[in-house]
Amino acid sequence: MDKSIADDRFILARKTEALHVRARLIQSIRRYFINKKFLEVETPLCIPAPAPEEHIEALRCGDWFLQTSPEICMKRLLAAGYPQIFQICKCFRAGERGRLHLSEFTMLEWYVAGFDYRLLMKQCEEMIIAAARDLGLADRITYQAREINLACPWEAIPVEEAFKKYSPVTMTEALNRDNFDEILVEYIEPNLGINRPAFLHDYPAKMASLARLKEGNNSVAERFELYIGGVELANGFSELTDAPEQRRRFMEAQKMRAQKNYAAYPLPEKFLSALDNLPASAGIALGIDRLAMIFTNAAGIDDVVAFPPEIL
Amino acid sequence: MYTASELKKGLRIKIDNDPYVLTEFNFVKPGKGQALYRCKLKNMLNGNQFERTFRSVDVFEPADLHEKKMQYLYKEEGKYCFMDNETYEQIYLTEDQMDDAKNFLIDNIEAEILLFEDRPIGISLPNFVDLVVTEAEPWAKGDTVSGATKPVKLQTGYTILVPTFINEGEKIRVDTRTGEYLTRVKG
Repeated sequence: MDKSIADDRFILARKTEALHVRARLIQSIRRYFINKKFLEVETPLCIPAPAPEEHIEALRCGDWFLQTSPEICMKRLLAAGYPQIFQICKCFRAGERGRLHLSEFTMLEWYVAGFDYRLLMKQCEEMIIAAARDLGLADRITYQAREINLACPWEAIPVEEAFKKYSPVTMTEALNRDNFDEILVEYIEPNLGINRPAFLHDYPAKMASLARLKEGNNSVAERFELYIGGVELANGFSELTDAPEQRRRFMEAQKMRAQKNYAAYPLPEKFLSALDNLPASAGIALGIDRLAMIFTNAAGIDDVVAFPPEIL
Repeated sequence: MYTASELKKGLRIKIDNDPYVLTEFNFVKPGKGQALYRCKLKNMLNGNQFERTFRSVDVFEPADLHEKKMQYLYKEEGKYCFMDNETYEQIYLTEDQMDDAKNFLIDNIEAEILLFEDRPIGISLPNFVDLVVTEAEPWAKGDTVSGATKPVKLQTGYTILVPTFINEGEKIRVDTRTGEYLTRVKG
């Protein structure tokens, strides 16, 4: 037998089960949305203008860029009159590689007209429970030696409260000291979704560039992140539908990016025009690889993909 | 200079004038947040360990480390003396700096001495050394259970587990990285 085939077989042998679970998970997710009368869409991976975000770097693709998420095109569809859409696609983010990160990864993204972030959290919960049952998993799953109960009501904790509960400093202090991310990663994330899945929600306004601000409290945005077993799985929010405000936020992000010498992207003008027609809606992006990790009790993202980049 | 995205396990960097080795390295990035590099670092001079999280804008100076082949001469008052055979320059390492290497040190052995800005701070021995067994229970003939081991003492004073058939006076090969028996050396 050829040595490189032998090596592939050796490396893949221990992933066989995970690859099967991953495939069935994707099939189950499709079924869920098709049953709910969602339209499955495919938008281009290669785009001229990604949404400028301060901490997300797009890979170049000729004169254009590989998408960092399908958000821009999917919201144009939403604005054009497709009220329930979902997509499972590849996304690319430069320089992201770690236990939970692949530069090329698989994203599930869906949008619902008429929803806000609360309703979307509920739907996300329902979809994941349905997927777990489809996979033949019990309501109590084991992830990294901890039992997680998927069936009891999921936790929803505001970011400010999570800081009070788990961190030595308050959210405001962390923001003022410019170490919000460090505190989040070190003190808060490891405690989220431990016994049951948890939604961390109501992020500081400036950390949600495409989300609507909360009614009655302009200091936070209607944005949430889902955590299971300390792993961040999904990011969702009530969509901002105010075009001038979105343009202002994009220009702010462009300014921050320029200060750090990050690549300048052209503004996604057609997306900004479309925002005028965007219905009140909510959207969410969920990492398929990471959900496959949770359902296969895998410690790292490499365990649920056939070929991490290092062995290509 | 290194940037944070170039950090990896085993990399040696200089912080506050001391050399550090990265013993653990993790890339993390909260949703919509910035890339963070969580590291465990060990001070190569005193062994102190600490954890620190870096950002992608952080930069690091490589530690000025190099290795030099030197010959072991003798031990005196807890210090180990080595000599550069070309320049005849002599240096000393302490018990702490020797770490496990002292268990496998024989006269005249050549070793790589690790220098930080020309100061000796550590040693790495050849991966395999051959050492004489100086004390061992005799082999009870007929005891042929495969895999059975017994402790013996080597010429350096180090006690090691070997197969039961090894006798006093025999030479064995030891893996200096694991401190374990490898094979019997004929001769």
